[in-house]
Amino acid sequence: MDDVQTVAQSPETPGTTRRSFYVISIYALGALISAALGLPALIYLLVPPKLRKQSEWVDAGDITQLAPNSPVEMTFRRNRVDGWKVTSEKSTAWVVKFPNNQVVAYAPQCTHLGCAYHWDQGKTEFICPCHNSIFSIDGKVQDGPAPRPLDRFQTKIEGKQLQVGPLASSSGQTA
Amino acid sequence: MKKHLSNLNEWVDHRTGLPTALRNFLYEEIPASSGWHQVLGSVAAFMFLVQVFTGIMLAFNYAPTPGEAYNSLRYILTELTAGRLMRGLHHWGASMMIVVVVLHMVQVFLYGAYKKPRETTWMVGVVLLLLTLAYGLTGYLLPWDNRAYWGTVVTTKIAATAPLLGPYLTRLLGGEGSIGVVTFARFYGLHVLLLPPATMLLIGIHIYLVRKHGVAPAPGDELVPAKKFYPEQVFKDTVAIFVAFAILFTMAVMVRVPLEQLADPSDTAYIPRPEWYFLFLFQTLKLFSGSLEVVGSVVLPGLAVLALILVPFFDRGQVVRVTRRTFAASFVALAALGWTGLTAAAVITTPKEAREVAVDFSAPTDWMQLSPEEMAGVAYFRRENCISCHSVGGAGSKIGPDLTQTAIHRNAAWMIQHFKSPSGVRPGTSMPPIQLNDAQLNSLAAFLLKLNPDNATALDNAPEFAVQGALVYQSGGCSDCHKVNGVGTELGPNLNGLDKRRSRSWVEEHFVDPPKLSPGSIMPPYKFSQRDLDNLTAYLFALPE
Repeated sequence: MDDVQTVAQSPETPGTTRRSFYVISIYALGALISAALGLPALIYLLVPPKLRKQSEWVDAGDITQLAPNSPVEMTFRRNRVDGWKVTSEKSTAWVVKFPNNQVVAYAPQCTHLGCAYHWDQGKTEFICPCHNSIFSIDGKVQDGPAPRPLDRFQTKIEGKQLQVGPLASSSGQTA
Repeated sequence: MKKHLSNLNEWVDHRTGLPTALRNFLYEEIPASSGWHQVLGSVAAFMFLVQVFTGIMLAFNYAPTPGEAYNSLRYILTELTAGRLMRGLHHWGASMMIVVVVLHMVQVFLYGAYKKPRETTWMVGVVLLLLTLAYGLTGYLLPWDNRAYWGTVVTTKIAATAPLLGPYLTRLLGGEGSIGVVTFARFYGLHVLLLPPATMLLIGIHIYLVRKHGVAPAPGDELVPAKKFYPEQVFKDTVAIFVAFAILFTMAVMVRVPLEQLADPSDTAYIPRPEWYFLFLFQTLKLFSGSLEVVGSVVLPGLAVLALILVPFFDRGQVVRVTRRTFAASFVALAALGWTGLTAAAVITTPKEAREVAVDFSAPTDWMQLSPEEMAGVAYFRRENCISCHSVGGAGSKIGPDLTQTAIHRNAAWMIQHFKSPSGVRPGTSMPPIQLNDAQLNSLAAFLLKLNPDNATALDNAPEFAVQGALVYQSGGCSDCHKVNGVGTELGPNLNGLDKRRSRSWVEEHFVDPPKLSPGSIMPPYKFSQRDLDNLTAYLFALPE
């Protein structure tokens, strides 16, 4: 528009001061209105919803059945806050019992692009079918494009039951 | 730099012609008399853009089906930052848009700007006014709260009274039988799919016509050189737009738009009222009764619209100075007076929320035998919308089990555990956990334990005031000292039969300062909201003796 202004002739205005006052005011007020609408809209769209209590522990399964170094995919139901709904949905975790009796539950998505990986008993490694990421039994990346080791759920053991919580906070940061 | 920009501008102009078109638009000649009185059209166009913008924002987090609509709107209001602001802007923007459009029309009318050759501009403008009102009508339903529901019941019933067209209009609006999913889909479709493109098209035609005939000159303009639209008039328009926006923004921040409880078709105590700008029509309707009703609901408004459209053909004289158009001015004054009178009458005759205790004794009244705790459970049952998955004695959905089967109730402890973590107690269930605290879950369980096939419909009929009143009773801890239906302690008087002993006003006053009315009372003072107070008193007065 600046261009329009310089090109156009405006002989009827007595001086450029009044004219530039008009032009500056138009832009300033327009900018103010755009900001007053645009900023709240960005906040509205980008700020995550106020969190409802979500850190919930659910029973994943019986750990007495687990053989050492033999990962098992456990299926359980957990509640997910989905916008204005809370839905109960099927969820899984790859659970490994190590020889030292430590139990780890990996989130079931490959850390590359979220495909579901599986355990290959013959090769004793986790293989993602999408882009051939390969993880060792302790979750470390062996090969392929995966940027970080497998994410882990927080876990605790109550009697025979393995309980699965939210993702461990270190997940996603450690490379 | 400047040279580059100018080259770019030239390139774009050569390929698209847009910069030239914009220049022609901005440097349009306007009469010397133009000024502040002509800013309202621009303000109306701006208000429309604000509605489009905020409407899109709301739609990003909104599920357009009954029930879900309410929940998603509640999510927007309570869980999203700036969600309340977005809804406030859209809600108050609708009201302001009507104000601005009407003011625009009044200005054009007073100045006689609809005269030859501008008749079509005026007529398109009248249609735009009707569209603006149609947004108000269709948007009213979308929150799906009690206000929305009952307001729309009345709207569709009015449409049904239209001569000849009535049944077809009702069917088109999906209002046959009762208001439900079909009505909702129709209203939503109209509101977001049909009306906006229609409005944009007509605004386009309206502005094109304004440009084609030029801004209406005043007598004497032919003697003075014309002005340019930009920048002086654009500046005035922008200032007016800014003032309007500042008012709107302030209202959106300061004045809370209520979201009432979820639409309840069984709430017999609800008093539906239309939005303020329809109150005059509502009041007009009251002037006609019986077979004449159609006069107030359809004939008169129809004739008024027709007259409005035909204004340019009634008044065909030469354009004269606005100060000499006394007839037009008195007509506007008269219309304003009539509108104000009707609206004021409607406001005055609207009963305060203090609802009379009108218990329908012809319907089963089993709910009266429930303890306040169980009654509060009914409130949670409704609030959590349990009926969307469960049936209660045949009515309701079939996803979950029928809750009147007493076999599934087991005991309160099991039920509460089940409410908190359905999948933990019953693996594989798709029931979501209920987000209530322990006391509230206790109430819910207490109510469900009382539920059986014989009393199901009767409990379903529990009036909303009683349910809400019991909720206040329960959260106020009244049962710590009082007894109702045999439950509670008798530290204070038994509250059954209160209606025989005291007047309503006495009870309401008593809450504020108990020792003042009953000396020696150890009851603490209570400060309820007006609504809570009404519900609680009405509930207590409805208790059996």
